[in-house]
Amino acid sequence: METILLFAPLVGAIICGFSWRLIGEQAACVVSTGLLFLSMALSWIVFFAFDGETYTRDLFTWIASGSLDTSWQVRIDRLTATMLIVITSVSALVHLYSFGYMAHDEHFREGESYRPRFFAYLSFFTFAMLMLVTADNLLQLFFGWEGVGVASYLLIGFYFRKPTAGAAAIKAFVVNRVGDFAFLLGIFALFKLTDSINFDVILAMGPELAEMTISFLGYELNAANTIGMLLFFGAMGKSAQLFLHTWLPDAMEGPTPVSALIHAATMVTAGVFLVIRMSPVLEYAPYATNFIVIIGAATAFFAATVGLVQNDIKRVIAYSTCSQLGYMFVAAGVGVYSVALFHLFTHAFFKAMLFLGAGSVIHAMHHEQDMRNYGGLRKKIPLTFAAMLIGTLAITGVGIPLTYIGFAGFLSKDAVIESAFAFGGGLGLYAFWALVIAACFTSFYSWRLMYLTFFGTPRGDRHAHDHAHESPMTMLIPLGALALGAVFSGMIWYNSFFGSVDQVGRFFGVEYAEEGEVGAEEAHAEEAGDPVIEGAAAEEAGDYAGEDAGGYGEAHYVFTGAPGDGAIHIAPDNNVLNDAHAVSTWVKLAPFIAMLIGFGTATLFYIVNPSLPRRLAETNRPAYLFLLNKWYFDEIYNWLFVIPAGWLGRLFWRRGDGNIIDGGINGLAMGIIPWFTRMAGRAQSGYLFHYAFAMVLGIALLITIATLSFGG
Amino acid sequence: MLASDLSILLPEIILAVFAMLGLITAVYTSKDGLAPVLVWLTVAVFVGVAAMIGLSGGPTQSAFGGMFIDDGFSRFAKVVILLSAAAILLVGQEFMVRDDLMRFEYPMLITLAAVGMMVMVSAGDLMTLYMGLELQSLSLYVVAALRRDSARSTEAGLKYFVLGALSSGLLLYGASLTYGFAGTTLFSGIFEAAEGGASLGLVFGLVFMIAGLAFKVSAAPFHMWTPDVYEGSPTPVTAFFATAPKVAAMGLFARLAHDAFGGVVGDWQQIVALLAVFSMFLGAIAAIGQTDIKRLMAYSSITHMGFALMGLAAGDEQGVSAMLIYMAIYVTMNIGTFAFILSMTRDGRHVTNISALNGLSSREPVKALALLVLMFSLAGVPPLVGFFGKYAVLVAAVNAGLNWLAILGVIASVIGAFYYIRIVYFMYFGEEREPLDPSGNRLAMVGLMTAAAIMLLGVFNLFGIDDLAMAAAATLVN
Repeated sequence: METILLFAPLVGAIICGFSWRLIGEQAACVVSTGLLFLSMALSWIVFFAFDGETYTRDLFTWIASGSLDTSWQVRIDRLTATMLIVITSVSALVHLYSFGYMAHDEHFREGESYRPRFFAYLSFFTFAMLMLVTADNLLQLFFGWEGVGVASYLLIGFYFRKPTAGAAAIKAFVVNRVGDFAFLLGIFALFKLTDSINFDVILAMGPELAEMTISFLGYELNAANTIGMLLFFGAMGKSAQLFLHTWLPDAMEGPTPVSALIHAATMVTAGVFLVIRMSPVLEYAPYATNFIVIIGAATAFFAATVGLVQNDIKRVIAYSTCSQLGYMFVAAGVGVYSVALFHLFTHAFFKAMLFLGAGSVIHAMHHEQDMRNYGGLRKKIPLTFAAMLIGTLAITGVGIPLTYIGFAGFLSKDAVIESAFAFGGGLGLYAFWALVIAACFTSFYSWRLMYLTFFGTPRGDRHAHDHAHESPMTMLIPLGALALGAVFSGMIWYNSFFGSVDQVGRFFGVEYAEEGEVGAEEAHAEEAGDPVIEGAAAEEAGDYAGEDAGGYGEAHYVFTGAPGDGAIHIAPDNNVLNDAHAVSTWVKLAPFIAMLIGFGTATLFYIVNPSLPRRLAETNRPAYLFLLNKWYFDEIYNWLFVIPAGWLGRLFWRRGDGNIIDGGINGLAMGIIPWFTRMAGRAQSGYLFHYAFAMVLGIALLITIATLSFGG
Repeated sequence: MLASDLSILLPEIILAVFAMLGLITAVYTSKDGLAPVLVWLTVAVFVGVAAMIGLSGGPTQSAFGGMFIDDGFSRFAKVVILLSAAAILLVGQEFMVRDDLMRFEYPMLITLAAVGMMVMVSAGDLMTLYMGLELQSLSLYVVAALRRDSARSTEAGLKYFVLGALSSGLLLYGASLTYGFAGTTLFSGIFEAAEGGASLGLVFGLVFMIAGLAFKVSAAPFHMWTPDVYEGSPTPVTAFFATAPKVAAMGLFARLAHDAFGGVVGDWQQIVALLAVFSMFLGAIAAIGQTDIKRLMAYSSITHMGFALMGLAAGDEQGVSAMLIYMAIYVTMNIGTFAFILSMTRDGRHVTNISALNGLSSREPVKALALLVLMFSLAGVPPLVGFFGKYAVLVAAVNAGLNWLAILGVIASVIGAFYYIRIVYFMYFGEEREPLDPSGNRLAMVGLMTAAAIMLLGVFNLFGIDDLAMAAAATLVN
């Protein structure tokens, strides 16, 4: 079943991509979409049938060379199962949606066939993404990692006649290379230290890695921290975290279904997936996890500020994605991996939905993407409006505070923010406030998008507004399906991802025990003489038992799974999950209040007093420009990297290749060799005495050499 | 004792007797009228003797107190010599008839030259060496000047003779020095005398002998006669020059180097390597300026001799076997190429200008394709057989620690590729002005096609020649 699930998209991609001329365009697209729905159905079966016990399916051996022994394997655990339903569901719906969205495209000439190619790319992407999440070793994961990168490149540049699309595709590819390089170094380091890249080996080695060191340029680096950092650099590239985020907004040059599938729901979350997958190592890499929190929180804040002022509807959502990915990393960084996965899960639904809704708006408005040319579309496309409204409520986190009733984003985002606070210390507070402010901004820009698009008076091209029409059913059905996820996915699985330790432990297949028992176990371990970390853990566990009496839940459980068991690993001394439930009420209310502030401000700016934003922008022009130009990241990178690289490239090209190599070869081939040829021709005079003289010279030369080298 | 000695020499005796019988018979019967029959007869005898030698096998034997050696190495060389001589006689036959050159002396002189060559590769003594060499050379001087009424042909014969005499002088001087310092002319005796380091006198003798032999293999800087003689001689004779005598001279070179001076490889390795470098580069560079295909093939053979010497310079068993493989492949390629050159006529007259090849591919695509295969093989383009020959000598050089020589060899082969590919360029992209006659030379065509087919089919296992060469080399080097 897992095999069919995995390869159905690949088969679809091959059939659709290579044989559409035989079976017809429409049939090819239907085949690939049908196979994805099959894949989706199987994924849900796998998800519900999964009992928490990790299992693997061996497909065949890939590389067996020396001590490197790698197979194609399907690893199913809770993490993979969750990713499977996210990927296949969104992908299947996006396939369906693309029937309507890609029906007519002015980027291609009349009669040109582009749809089978599009569907084939989408299916190929899905296959690569499934490869990534089902990998049982880092090499297979890297294969999927690069596969999705290729698919992303192909799809961003799908409108190949558009120069900006080509440039965006290259940018995405190159920026990702930076992260991938670090990722590769991480894999190499792991292989060097553990002599394996299979998860069952390396994940179990987490505590040992914390004791090892890597020596680099004379520095002794802690192995776990270094590897954690390197892997996270890779994740930063894929998940568009601060400093490596610049490709994501540009990636919006691709068709909108692509943005929904790849650049919102699935591929960009691969980085989060990687961090969660490596949790048994990261639990023993405190510096790496602190770094993840810092970057994640900074990204969440930064992207939200930029999102405030963007005018392109897709770019607003793109920055929102960037920001939400920051939330996920904060959750992972503070050690509640289940919450990171929770937010990834809910975010996939409402963000894909927002993108597809935006696509529906763009479709209705004849590929106009500037929100300043929208307005008053509520009446024209009511179903799209309803979908976008649900999506906005979900992303801004609307729900009833202090209960578990609310849209998906309410539950998962609040879980992240509470976890960040519970992490404690300066870092926890920093992350907490960054995320709360980001939540306020999120609310503002989401409502700004809604107001500019659906409320007010129509602006821009009259013709476009007159012909604005509701999208076909193929586009609306996916919106409806995602709406279900956006509303209910949070409430249904809240306890599984962010319940008490025993609930989460059961869900993820991680062992847990009551605190008292742990103490006993730890003491036992100490007797056995294997002590350092666990001894400390036992002490802390004891402390908490005293402090938290009467906190969340009746019984106090802690995770006791060994690293590598179950889908995630949370060290016994990691109590953030318990603490997160015990935070003060004001902390729990904070995101909700932030959301209300954002909502109120947006209403004030765009409904009550529409002239206010303009005046504000004019009075604070530098700040406005700073945000509009995305903190000038692109300009700085251009100045810092792109221009010097171009300069260096031109140097090597013109001087190195053109002058030295070409010039040298040409000079040799057209100057020096012909000169020798002429000399040889002249020596061949035809006179016997010249020939005899040459022989005498030759013998003299040989004798000289023989004499000189004699005895030596 | 004498009977057993003579039985070892049986192949050579058969050929010598055959040559004299043939001469006498022809003189007293229809003279030149008998020539075509004699050619076929000679071919038959060559093939028969080659089969006799090739199938005989057996351990190393020596006759006349070690002056004549019959071992795997000499057998391998003799088979190559006889078969290539037979092939050249066949492909050249129609040409000789057409140009009215079919004299009865021609096959007989070739036979005597072959006897000389066979004695050369079996030489176990400086005397035998010189006797074989001169028997071969004197026959060749005559056939070079076979076209007596042509100034060019007689000039070629004379040049070859005078310079050959000079080289013989050098060789004899070296031989006498060697005799003086070793006290013997036997190779085995010289080997013992050189044991534990050769004296300077011995080294001088060796160098002079190497110079004499380098003339025979036309290695630079003793190559100057080659282009003139190749151009001036009748084309079948040129084809013969380019094949069998080269194998014989190389065989003799290897025999002298290993049988007599095998204990002091270091003393001659540098010199042979230097000759190889000179030959490879001079041949490759000078050929670029040529417009006559026979002169071009002369320079091509100089380059190839450089590569063969590279194998020899390795100074070990692998080197000798690489050299033998290289020579066998080289001979095959040259027979094919000369078969093509023999068929080049315009208005019934033989032309040798490269520009005559312009546009050949549209007129005779099969012929052009065969020549293309041969040219690429000569240039050493994989996967054709010519590549494996080069590969073998390069590997031998690298394994012997002569990396610099191998690198220079690769560079030279890149330069040399230019003129082979230029011929292909002319055939396929050149503008046809005066077309060549359609070929009527059937035997030459068979030779061309066979050689091209061998270049293509040999890539699978080189027809097992590498194993034979390995076994042959094992008997020489010890």
